[in-house]
Amino acid sequence: MAEPVLAVSGLRTGYGATEILRGVDLAVNAGEIVAVLGSNGAGKSTLNRAISGVLRPWSGAIRFCDIDIGREKPATIVGRGLIQVPEGRRIFPNMTVRENLDLGAYRRARPRREDNRGRVFAIFPRLAERQSQRAGTLSGGEQQMLAIGRGLMAEPILLILDEPSLGLSPLLVEELFALIKRINAEGITLLLVEQNVAQSLEVAHRAYILENGAIVLQGNPTDIGNDPNLKRAYLGL
Amino acid sequence: MLSPVILIPAVLNGLLIGAVYALVALGLTLIYGVLHIINFAHGALLTAAMFAAFFVHRLLGLDPYLAAVLLTPLFFVFGYGLQRFIIAPAAHGEDRNILLVTLGLAVIIENGLLYAFRADTRTINLDYAFRVIDLGIVFLAVPRVVAFGVVIVVALILWFVMSRTDTGRAIRAVAKEKLGAELSGIDVAHIYAVTFGLGTACLAIAACLLIPTYYVNPQAGNAFVLIAFTIVVLGGMGSVAGALLGGLFVGVVESLSGLYLGESLGQLGIFVMFILVLLFRPNGLFGERI
Ligand SMILES: Nc1ncnc2c1ncn2[C@@H]1O[C@H](COP(=O)(O)OP(=O)(O)OP(=O)(O)O)[C@@H](O)[C@H]1O
Ligand SMILES: [Mg+2]
Repeated sequence: MAEPVLAVSGLRTGYGATEILRGVDLAVNAGEIVAVLGSNGAGKSTLNRAISGVLRPWSGAIRFCDIDIGREKPATIVGRGLIQVPEGRRIFPNMTVRENLDLGAYRRARPRREDNRGRVFAIFPRLAERQSQRAGTLSGGEQQMLAIGRGLMAEPILLILDEPSLGLSPLLVEELFALIKRINAEGITLLLVEQNVAQSLEVAHRAYILENGAIVLQGNPTDIGNDPNLKRAYLGL
Repeated sequence: MLSPVILIPAVLNGLLIGAVYALVALGLTLIYGVLHIINFAHGALLTAAMFAAFFVHRLLGLDPYLAAVLLTPLFFVFGYGLQRFIIAPAAHGEDRNILLVTLGLAVIIENGLLYAFRADTRTINLDYAFRVIDLGIVFLAVPRVVAFGVVIVVALILWFVMSRTDTGRAIRAVAKEKLGAELSGIDVAHIYAVTFGLGTACLAIAACLLIPTYYVNPQAGNAFVLIAFTIVVLGGMGSVAGALLGGLFVGVVESLSGLYLGESLGQLGIFVMFILVLLFRPNGLFGERI
């Protein structure tokens, strides 16, 4: 079997002296959608921060496309094609929709910026209409589209989405999961961190359950969906 | 009341003086807006730039306005290096440490200058320093007119860089949303250093504009930076447009209070107004940021 796109092994990290991730192992293969599920505070976003280089690993390894990225800066990691759409969108509120998208291609794919912007506008016609609007004045749903669009501008090899459905109406959540499938069908590998268990298991090829900073369950979505431990890990029952 | 014959020249001169204030404030507000720190080394760096302009003239015979062409990129690189290789590593990512590091730098630079050049006050003599332009109703000093023109050009260039170039957009992105910027592949350490470099480059230009008519000693920059702090607060912390308008405004206030209260009390007007603004408009006169 081919080398996974992302391979995390024995990852430990945290904030200050507090350990949050207590030895996480996880792999994402080319072409997959992998879901990471877990209750609030399980350490999902912490895992994402470590993978993106925003938070230094204490020990363990993070390999992307067979390269050790565990000590690299976030900008270098972005340059390699590992792009994260973070929790809370983190768009640039003082800049226009178009400037936000263009900054997505600041490090990578800059020569193809025009083309990729056109592609993003084709996916999100709403953003095309609002090109010159300041991003801070967009609705929550539009901001989420913009955050994903900005991520796509860099032509990701692996795209990490941290709770993209948070705060979206049921209709938009449906559209979002359809979009996730579509992005994946275009050849982008996805790591999906979600609270929305049912829908995530529906689109994912494999899933991991994170509990208290450790993986407690992994496998194919059907098995995980039927596992009695899921409810315990997820709802804290 | 004073007649327009006296008032108009005072206002015009105030605007001209205010331009250099605005430039010093611009550097300060840029650094504040992006790095979210108050650069306590700003005054010492201005002094250093004034010494540089002085000696480039004394030793190389270069006119201060030409010296700006040399010193501006040099001070950009110096400021870049200072932030990247001294301030950032010494601060370990803690904002309050940065404050202390810039304060420490100010002490080192000032005492270094004092050691090297003593407390002596130096001036240079240029034939155009006392030349004036006669507008009929008012005489304007040539160096002030030049300074005003240069500051307008610098402001336009800065506006262009910030709104039309990728580096400028990256600076604005980092100012408002650091994590989002990092995850877009923007190297924040580099952008911080570029911003610090731009702020320092503003000082090099200001120094070259001041030296034809002003003196330099190891304390010379501090007077301007005190006024610049006032302007930054007036214009809204971090606001580039606010720094420019605030600078011109403060120049006029100084000139008018000089007129009413007597030349030596001109700056008193600035600080009285500053206190009034703090009391009634604590977010600044103009509001909007970067
Ligand atoms: N900057 C920080 N400093 C200290 N502790 C933090 C910090 N960020 C997160 N934590 C702690 O780390 C733990 C894991 O947080 P994390 O954000 O990774 O959870 P999560 O699984 O993403 O949760 P959610 O689903 O609510 O987003 C929490 O207990 C949180 O309080
Ligand atoms: Mg989270």
